[in-house]
Amino acid sequence: MKISLFVTCLGELFYQEAAKDMVEVLERLGCEIDFPRGQICCGQPAYNSGYRKDAQKAAKQMISAFESSEYIVTPSGSCAGMFKEYPGLFQDDATWHEKAQKVADKTYEFTQFIVNVLGVEDLGAVYHAKATYHTSCHMMRLLKETESPFKLLNNVEGLELLPLENSYDCCGFGGTFAVKMVPISEQMVDEKVRHVEETGADVLITADGGCLMNIKGRIDRKGKPIAVKHIAQILNSRS
Amino acid sequence: MAMKIGEKPFFDRVDDALDDTFMRQSMANAQDGLRGKKIAATEGDEAIGDWEDWRSAGEEIRRHTLENLDYYLEQLSENFAKRGGHVFFAETAEEANAYIQQVAKKKNAKNATKAKSMVTEEIGLNEALADVGCQVHETDLAEYILQAEEGDRPSHIVVPSLHKNKSQIRDTLKEKAGYSGTDQPEELTAFARSQLRDVFMNADIGITGCNFGVAETGSVSLVTNEGNANMVTSYPETQISVMGMERLVPTWEDLDVMVNLLSRSAVGQKITTYVTNVTPEVGPQSVDGPKDFHLVIVDGGRSKALGTEFQSALHCIRCAACVNVCPVYRHIGGHAYGSIYQGPIGAVLSPILGGYEEYGELPYASSLCAACTEACPVKIPLHEQLIRHRQIYVEEGYADKSEQAAMTAFGIGASTPSLFKIATKGAPTFAKPFVQEGSISNGPGPMKLWTKIREFPAPGKENFRKWFKEHKKGDSRNE
Ligand code: SF4
Repeated sequence: MKISLFVTCLGELFYQEAAKDMVEVLERLGCEIDFPRGQICCGQPAYNSGYRKDAQKAAKQMISAFESSEYIVTPSGSCAGMFKEYPGLFQDDATWHEKAQKVADKTYEFTQFIVNVLGVEDLGAVYHAKATYHTSCHMMRLLKETESPFKLLNNVEGLELLPLENSYDCCGFGGTFAVKMVPISEQMVDEKVRHVEETGADVLITADGGCLMNIKGRIDRKGKPIAVKHIAQILNSRS
Repeated sequence: MAMKIGEKPFFDRVDDALDDTFMRQSMANAQDGLRGKKIAATEGDEAIGDWEDWRSAGEEIRRHTLENLDYYLEQLSENFAKRGGHVFFAETAEEANAYIQQVAKKKNAKNATKAKSMVTEEIGLNEALADVGCQVHETDLAEYILQAEEGDRPSHIVVPSLHKNKSQIRDTLKEKAGYSGTDQPEELTAFARSQLRDVFMNADIGITGCNFGVAETGSVSLVTNEGNANMVTSYPETQISVMGMERLVPTWEDLDVMVNLLSRSAVGQKITTYVTNVTPEVGPQSVDGPKDFHLVIVDGGRSKALGTEFQSALHCIRCAACVNVCPVYRHIGGHAYGSIYQGPIGAVLSPILGGYEEYGELPYASSLCAACTEACPVKIPLHEQLIRHRQIYVEEGYADKSEQAAMTAFGIGASTPSLFKIATKGAPTFAKPFVQEGSISNGPGPMKLWTKIREFPAPGKENFRKWFKEHKKGDSRNE
């Protein structure tokens, strides 16, 4: 199966290990991966802050980069969700609207692609830890994907997955919200960190770069001994 | 007092809220407590079938009504008038208040009782009636408490006194109403009840809001739990119901669906204790019901949303389900919004009714997590409307200049691959002076706001594209 990797700007800049793990997992599943060079950022920061025109620019760039792909797979539920918003950005432009729709329809978040498209639930991964999982809002509510990460994690040998209290509450990232509404975002992420601590987990797993950057940033600032990992890092682990 | 709460700027209100530990605890408790109840009465209640079907039915009814708003408003008012009631359309809060003042003056009314109603808060009716010598007595327990406190305002559209605990309530009633008992809720309620008896009996006018007007018969439907609305609508000879112009349904069958959606979503009840339906029957032979019944229908800026992408905000049935799941409301409570309409629906509605100058910051007080959209029983795409508000805010030039410049730069960067390449290559070098132990604690420029409370990741040393190219040597699309 031919897939195009949409690594996301956060993946490319900060989470290269997770991106590499994702490539390796997908290759092991027999996928032939390409990396469209024209990809940059999905445009979410501009879109969510109300800068529609600037978001359109980013969207056009991405649509052109991925137009010819068969499947688009990304390590971020939120960025996949943004691709799904593209048609709405071009309501008044039939040509771009159609292109946007096509790109949106073939976009999948990493775990969603493995479980729902490839039909695989056991990746033979081994990871010895007590962990808990943070469900990203956009993955859960925009992509409506709630089960795939758990299906995959439940088959990881050695992984004890602990339930997270108030898992449905946002971690306080929200893109530019995290810097525009610092005092509110701070309270939200603190509550999230508190719930994570209460599980007794040593590792927090998530499938979204934004949430990861936010929660990890706060955990590290507070000096808590909890590692934060992208789900691809767990699924590609063999020890 | 009307719609606006407080004079302080937004971030000061947020700071005040974040300092109020008690309030925040009670918001979190309320949200966590209501969650299970709501689930049990909605998607968890097998007796009603698929909750999603109910939501779709609700959305359908609301959409149809709003698309034919003129028709149903006319039908409602014709039927109301046919039975001897008086209908008044008020374009503004001032017009609504002036009409009601004139009714009160004609009756020479000194006392009015009122059931809980957000629209009368919105128009500032209590103050308007006080100006003509008629005192309005709040009879909903939560509103009664806020009124006793003098100047306290609703912090939640369904439970207006959510920000107060029982000992605060006891102190207020001690100081303002001569209460001498404990802070036991039963005792406090019994006290309020005994105080309100005389008030009900001596009222010259009864005032209510309107959960739903029923167009086919010209009726006003009130969904309550305390029974006070029944007292308000049955003692005085004059009744005034104030209705937001969008709050109606075509038929009783539609009402059935909406009341289910409302009680289940708002409080997790299958049905509230009372659903009171009042229809005028004013004539020489009529023996009960008000002799004089007024329906005041308020626009108050609502029509600005008609025909725009905000029209569906008028589908709202004020159940507060969106407020009860909002993680921002959870921490800042109701007053920080500066509007009697708080939470996600408040952030959508307040700028529509009151303008961007006053309420333009509210749509940004959301992480766009979409919990609101998921909870809404009539499927209003609340988080999308928040984004739409932000777009207008930017288009109309309210956004600050440095942000505009940053976003223009973003647009250029995100559509110019060569620039992005330079940026990713340069990032590790550029960031180097700020990196300590693998992350950035005190970032430069716009990063400063991020690193105020969290670490910023140091850019990875490796170039992912280069890695991938080497990893995949020979694939032509990667060139
Ligand atoms: S927007 Fe929806 S969830 Fe919020 S109060 Fe209105 S009807 Fe209820």
